Amino acid sequence: MIKVRNLVKAFGTRVVLRNISFDIAPGEFITLLGVNGAGKTTLMSMVATLSKPTAGTIFIGDMDTREHAAYIRRYIGLVSHKTLLYDDLSGEQNLRFYARMYDVQNPSERIEKVLREVGLWGRQKDPVRTYSRGMQQRLAIARAILHNPPILLLDEPDTGLDQGATSMLGELLAAVGTAERTVLMTTHNLERGLSLGQRVLMLSDGKIAVDAPRDEVSVAELSRFYRQ
Amino acid sequence: MPQNLSSSISSDSVIAHRPPQFSYLRKVGAIAGKDIAAELRTKEMMSAMFVFSLLVIFIFNFAFDLRTDNANTLAPGVLWVAIAFAGMLGLGRSFITERDRGSLEGLLLAPVDRSAIYFGKFLGNVLFISVVEVVILPLFIVFFNQPLDIIVPLSGVVVLGTIGFAGVGTLFSAMVIHTRARDVLLPIMLFPVVVPVLLSAVRLTAGILDKLPFEDVQNWLGLLVAFDLIFLAVSYMMFEYVVEE
Repeated sequence: MIKVRNLVKAFGTRVVLRNISFDIAPGEFITLLGVNGAGKTTLMSMVATLSKPTAGTIFIGDMDTREHAAYIRRYIGLVSHKTLLYDDLSGEQNLRFYARMYDVQNPSERIEKVLREVGLWGRQKDPVRTYSRGMQQRLAIARAILHNPPILLLDEPDTGLDQGATSMLGELLAAVGTAERTVLMTTHNLERGLSLGQRVLMLSDGKIAVDAPRDEVSVAELSRFYRQ
Repeated sequence: MPQNLSSSISSDSVIAHRPPQFSYLRKVGAIAGKDIAAELRTKEMMSAMFVFSLLVIFIFNFAFDLRTDNANTLAPGVLWVAIAFAGMLGLGRSFITERDRGSLEGLLLAPVDRSAIYFGKFLGNVLFISVVEVVILPLFIVFFNQPLDIIVPLSGVVVLGTIGFAGVGTLFSAMVIHTRARDVLLPIMLFPVVVPVLLSAVRLTAGILDKLPFEDVQNWLGLLVAFDLIFLAVSYMMFEYVVEE
């Protein structure tokens, strides 16, 4: 599904990712860990086709993201700590806009379905600025799954959420990470990362320091990288 | 278009695998429509543009002590100063608000050629500036004692001038979003580049007010149309590189 080969990303003289390679199989839920500045968001951004690698390649299916970015984007949904929503529009208006951008068929039905899935049906006419942070993040998930993408990228989706909202978000993420959907999630919450992900990737010093099934790693072991 | 991706990533689950006809134009319309819907909710930008353009017309009208013998000399400049500076307020917010609110990535993630984003934003900007113009043109005619029959040719010049101004302004608005002094940088970058458009528009407006024969102003009309086309073509080609990281 996703193949990363010899990926390098540099900003000027600062090299963020150093020659990393890994594969993600269809339907896999991968947790990507690393300290701040480890390159998680940079990697996510390149997989999402928002930025280009300095060297190396990323394949989605067998398509190079450099050559077929516009085509690949319809297969990707992204949830980040930024909601990518318009505060002045209602939840429904936001989703209707994105439905048009992704050529979603029967948008009204689909919008109702995803809003019910994230528990926001009933508030769909309210401006997004009146939503709580947790509600906005649930709407961001609705936006990301609106076109039912087979690849879901979750970049620290629990940032800024309180305990209750984080718990609700975890349940929601577990629900959207079905067997048909490949998920790559970054988080600083090691327990949640291990509970949701089937496999763990740890970025350290621009390289992959750990690539293992979740059963083979522990929170204590992963915490060591955060203390270094 | 590549066809092998969908089969390799279980496309049955993908809702949007066959874009409808006119998908590109629909997305251009969606982006413009989204900006209009947001503006209708807040009315922040339009009210600022409207008030600013009115103030310019008022202030220049009194400051220049306009009389019948000098009105036609100064009026074209006053009109285009009002349009350009009010338009700048709108252009300044076009991409900056997307960036500040964190929604720009959402646009860039959409499965569409980047140029559709440019044209959607351009269309929205032209509409916003045009709404202001619809209000200030009649006021301009009243304040500067112009005959009503100039409204049709003047509207044509205003439309052409607006296209050129918004065309390059939309591109520059996207260019400055990654800079710190973007509010200051946009007018500093834009006005020198857009001089040919403003100059042509002012000359054409003066020609209309002075009732000059078409032959006397056709070169300015040609220049204005040419710069409109050049600016739109260059913006279309450059936009993808401008919004790269």
